[in-house]
Amino acid sequence: MTEAAVSEAPTSTPEGGDSAPARSLASDAWRTMRSNPLFWVSSVLIVIFTLMAIFPSLFTSTNPTEAILRDARVRPNADAWFGRDIQGYDIYARCIYGARASILVGLLTTVFTTLVGGIVGVFAGYVGGWTDTILSRLGDVFFAIPLLLGAVIVLVTLPATDNYFYIVLKVVLALVVLGWPSMARLMRSSVIQVKPNDYVQAARALGASPWRVVRSHIVPNALAPMIVVATINLGAYISAEATLSYLGIGLQPPTVSWGVDISAAVVGMRTTPHMLFFPSLFLSLTVLAFIMLGDVVRDALDPKNR
Amino acid sequence: MPEVVLSANNLVKHYPIKKGVLRRTVGHVKAVDGVSFDLHKGETLGIVGESGCGKSTLGRLLMRLEEPTAGTVQFEGQDWSGASARETRRLRRNIQIVFQDPYTSLNPRMTVGDIIGEPLEIHPDVVPKGGRRQRVQELLDLVGLNPEHINRYPHQFSGGQRQRIGIARGIALNPKVLICDEPVSALDVSVQAQVVNLMEKLQDELGLAYVFIAHDLSVVRHISDRVGVMYLGRMAELGEEDEVYSRPTHPYTQALLSAVPVPDPTLRGKREQIVLVGDVPSPANPPSGCRFHTRCWKAQDVCSQEEPQLEMRQDGAGGHLSACHFAEPRLVVETVDVSDLVPDERFVSSSTDDLDDVGSGLGHDDSLAPDDRSTVERSSVSDPQAPADTSRVVQDTDDQQR
Repeated sequence: MTEAAVSEAPTSTPEGGDSAPARSLASDAWRTMRSNPLFWVSSVLIVIFTLMAIFPSLFTSTNPTEAILRDARVRPNADAWFGRDIQGYDIYARCIYGARASILVGLLTTVFTTLVGGIVGVFAGYVGGWTDTILSRLGDVFFAIPLLLGAVIVLVTLPATDNYFYIVLKVVLALVVLGWPSMARLMRSSVIQVKPNDYVQAARALGASPWRVVRSHIVPNALAPMIVVATINLGAYISAEATLSYLGIGLQPPTVSWGVDISAAVVGMRTTPHMLFFPSLFLSLTVLAFIMLGDVVRDALDPKNR
Repeated sequence: MPEVVLSANNLVKHYPIKKGVLRRTVGHVKAVDGVSFDLHKGETLGIVGESGCGKSTLGRLLMRLEEPTAGTVQFEGQDWSGASARETRRLRRNIQIVFQDPYTSLNPRMTVGDIIGEPLEIHPDVVPKGGRRQRVQELLDLVGLNPEHINRYPHQFSGGQRQRIGIARGIALNPKVLICDEPVSALDVSVQAQVVNLMEKLQDELGLAYVFIAHDLSVVRHISDRVGVMYLGRMAELGEEDEVYSRPTHPYTQALLSAVPVPDPTLRGKREQIVLVGDVPSPANPPSGCRFHTRCWKAQDVCSQEEPQLEMRQDGAGGHLSACHFAEPRLVVETVDVSDLVPDERFVSSSTDDLDDVGSGLGHDDSLAPDDRSTVERSSVSDPQAPADTSRVVQDTDDQQR
């Protein structure tokens, strides 16, 4: 046996002889993602839409609020690529400028639900006992309210305003208030799964403070499901924003958004379908891109799929 | 006898059983029910017993990962149960634990350097900040791993190597007591030997005292100075390794030892095996009197009424602690103590270094590798499959012809 070990040893040196760069789980995940075409398709789409949201002038020089009533409802042509809507606005420009509201709502809602839900979930899962019971029941109360009903209540209660960012924040607030419990539940369950692991016990045995245990052992190991669901939810929040705007309680007309445009285009669904088609296309592509990215990230972070 | 470092006094741990909407307590699982012992400086106390007898709970109580329901743990005479948070932290430096499963005891998101360095970060006064990385490398070297692997992640190591990392984390703070909760039962046999030898080496070098919890009687005999046998949360027998293994007086110990497989085929069928009837009773409702009386062949009326105390009882050549009304020695053919034998060099390497790792340094030293290879070739060419004992081969072919 010893002979075999010695004779094989020289061949195994290239792999065993360190100090080769360490392969972390994150770099393994990156390796998996890199070879997935879906990852590249979704990230290219996301980069394009993000650029649109930050620098709309890169894509068009037309003012989206410049109404040419004479050309209202005109079909796509060389002058206005996507045609014009009822107000005579250029639909292409409005699609470009509408990205900002949608992406802003999607990103901010995701960040806040993840923060609020994550902190509540870690707290409930790690402390357990009464704290867990109270926080979980509180989450259930919010969970029981239907999203649209709850959002209507929140948005109607808050004072109306013309400030762009304030309107966006109102929508974000409504979605966060109703969206955090699902994140909290997810985080709580993965914390409970990680907590009894021996490495957590070992850290406690070393005399580590609860804060250190949570920060360096619990959170890094419980985070993966959160990242995945957050990415998928980002798409869902964008469509929720569109739904609220469509119902007339989200973003309001002076603001340019895909939801607002879809809502306005419904009157001509049969006669001028291009007014409905283009904003819906942009919306679907964005949502699709984020959901695809979420899927890819999930596959990459899940060791069972390797 | 050297001084006592750790002593358990009548330790009790009951877990409540809760039922119904109101979570009323309807009973208790008596996991550990009155266990006392002393651990001396530099010695190894083996704790054996079957699954569910409270071995691991005892380890967690000693480590203060669980609060005892009653009883105390004393470290060097200082009561650990009543200590303040700050005192507890300080005491934790002296008692550390090595876990059973090397696959769950290391954080998969941390590098080996971070894992072994964590105790030094939690107790910053042990090693000054600049010297920590070097200390981690020293520890890796001490447990027989390549210090260059400091930046690797746990999943890049084998089970035995991971257990070595766990041990390095345990000894990072120079503790006086290391509680080993079945440290080798998750490893395969060849690696078990390496790790057990490593632990013995560390004990000699660092003067550690071990509480070695295991269910493998042979491993426990190999490493222990004293052995305690547990049954249903209580200590059935406690004594020097030799006393317990050669002259067991408690019927449970005798039954347990008679179940150990004997590697010598000539002894097969010649020894008396004690087969116990029935299952271990539920720890939620343990039998009255002696807990073993439901399965004991010696049981009499007194056993179900009066609980036998763990006290000195005659074992034929002296006496040791045993908890049986009818304690008497009985010869059980059991494992042979190989501690003092010289290992056969053809099979066993006494090196405590990690054997998976032997090839890693060879690439750098060109002079060594070809030499080794030629030796290997020579030895394998000389007599490829010569059997050591030719008479045996003849015997075998005879068998086949018949």
